[in-house]
Amino acid sequence: MQQPLVEKAKSAGTDSRNPSATRRANFRRMWDKNSTLFFMALPGLLLVFVFSYLPMFGIIVAFKDYKASKGLFDSDWIGLKNFEFLFGTQDAWHVTFNTLFLNSLFIITSTLGAIGLALLLNEVRERFKFMTNFYQSALLLPHFISYVIVSYFVFAFLNTDNGLVNHTLAGFGLDTISWYSSPQYWPAILTSVNLWKSAGFASIIYLSGILAINPEYYEAARIDGATKWQQITKITVPLIMPLIIIMVLLSIGRIFYADFGLFYQVTRDNGLLYSTTDVLDTYVYRALRVNGDVGMAAAAGMYQAVVGFVLVVLANWTVRRIDPDKALF
Amino acid sequence: MIQSANRKPLGLRLKQSNLIVHFFLLLFSITALIPFVMLISASFSTEVSFGKYGYSLFPQDFSLQAYEYLFNDFGQIINSYFITIVVTFVGSSLGLLIMSLLAYSISRKDFKFRKPLSFYVFFTMLFNGGLVPWYILITQYLHLKNTIFVLILPYLVVPWFVLLLRTYFGGLPTELFEAAKMDGASEWRVFFQIALPLSTPALATIGLFSMLQYWNDWWLALLFIDDRKLFPLQYLLYTIQSNIDAISQNPEMNMGIIIPTQGVRMAMAVLAIGPIIFAFLFVQKYFVRGITLGGIKE
Repeated sequence: MQQPLVEKAKSAGTDSRNPSATRRANFRRMWDKNSTLFFMALPGLLLVFVFSYLPMFGIIVAFKDYKASKGLFDSDWIGLKNFEFLFGTQDAWHVTFNTLFLNSLFIITSTLGAIGLALLLNEVRERFKFMTNFYQSALLLPHFISYVIVSYFVFAFLNTDNGLVNHTLAGFGLDTISWYSSPQYWPAILTSVNLWKSAGFASIIYLSGILAINPEYYEAARIDGATKWQQITKITVPLIMPLIIIMVLLSIGRIFYADFGLFYQVTRDNGLLYSTTDVLDTYVYRALRVNGDVGMAAAAGMYQAVVGFVLVVLANWTVRRIDPDKALF
Repeated sequence: MIQSANRKPLGLRLKQSNLIVHFFLLLFSITALIPFVMLISASFSTEVSFGKYGYSLFPQDFSLQAYEYLFNDFGQIINSYFITIVVTFVGSSLGLLIMSLLAYSISRKDFKFRKPLSFYVFFTMLFNGGLVPWYILITQYLHLKNTIFVLILPYLVVPWFVLLLRTYFGGLPTELFEAAKMDGASEWRVFFQIALPLSTPALATIGLFSMLQYWNDWWLALLFIDDRKLFPLQYLLYTIQSNIDAISQNPEMNMGIIIPTQGVRMAMAVLAIGPIIFAFLFVQKYFVRGITLGGIKE
């Protein structure tokens, strides 16, 4: 009981002689000022801790012979065995290649598509507000549809017996194709689906970049007799180039992560198509849930997380050097 | 120049180059919408015409069979609808509250723990433990398998949404908060009566994103739900389709699984999309601003 009183007296009178009490008093004051804001943040912080940070510690499962009956902590350590198994098969290289190859196709096509759409929309937005709104809404809509529904769409086009594409082929007297058992077509199909779903959304970002360009440049160009095409290639594109580079770099940072819904739902998890459509995320999911090979799944997941992390950090570092405002951190 | 162009009649405004631009935009818009049209027209076709013509752009005949069947069969479908609505409503409103509180506090420049807590939240966008530890945590340690909570909790705080909200709150004038506090308002009051009302565009955008995330989710159900009573709508649609695939590959496996007809499946998909389109049209005006928010940072 005595202690606090003495301390208080000391800190009130002779601060400099008792640094620890001063520190405590300062902390007290600082805490009083900030505690409400801290408690506001607390529920969110706790959720992040449980669902994001706890699994990070759980990464040790990749080095264990996991048995559900023993639990995470009591399962036996087996060092790098899981990784040896993973990289001992062809699978690891195969799904890595598919992930990188398909994601590269997606980045190239959807970047070009989005820039194209933004340029087109920019040409008509001032004088045809109503139509521009219609175009934008129509192009955005696919972004908001779940991949389950998208797989219904794709099935309506491609199913062998009564799909629209085969009907049309048959109508022209051509041979029909059994799409769901022909892996060679799937890189193109998935690229189209991805373009359809993502280009409209991405075009908004580029359009807002174009809107930020000073209109005086265009006026000056018009006075000098520049054509529309020249204005696009000599003014618009060069001025949004930093934005394009940043967006592409950020996508490259995520190139090790595949869109699970696209690869799982749209292909309908069809084994016949794995040779061209199996990616890291579907591989990890199958190892865990279908084959029950927890160790292998964890090893593949950790491989993805670590390489993915390095790429994100590199991409961000590069972005930061171009434009610090656009970097994630 | 622009104003004088505006006053001209439509015919004169449509120069040749403009026509080409409109042509392409119209073409792309139609491409974006065609699958929706096919789905809707399939849902209104009779089984007979469907068997004959397959999927087509326009219905070959018109019938409400599929929808009548859906409304008479108050089984799984109504139940899944109910689960999805509850999860979407509870998840997005609770999530929006928790995320705005978090984003608001780490947006306040006078908040002492602002930097470390921001890093703590946004670091999770760069690195994660991967699927397996997360799965083990939820099933073995939190015991959330086959509960409705597993459909809600994991998506309550999305770092990307927190980042967008923080950017928006950070742009509000600090003087307002200070003035209110000078007048004796508590932090809570400043948040609810000043910061929130000023942030409608950001809240509408993130609210919609969050609703869509819950409404469209099948991933959590795929991992954690075996109990048919808890199937959300999207997951139900998925299981129907995958049952059909399983049976077509393996006909003797069909032991009493009832497969809805093609038209009924399409009608279900239409009902799953309907509310999205509605919500989308409702908040569309906030969108462009909302999506481009993330670009601005201090």
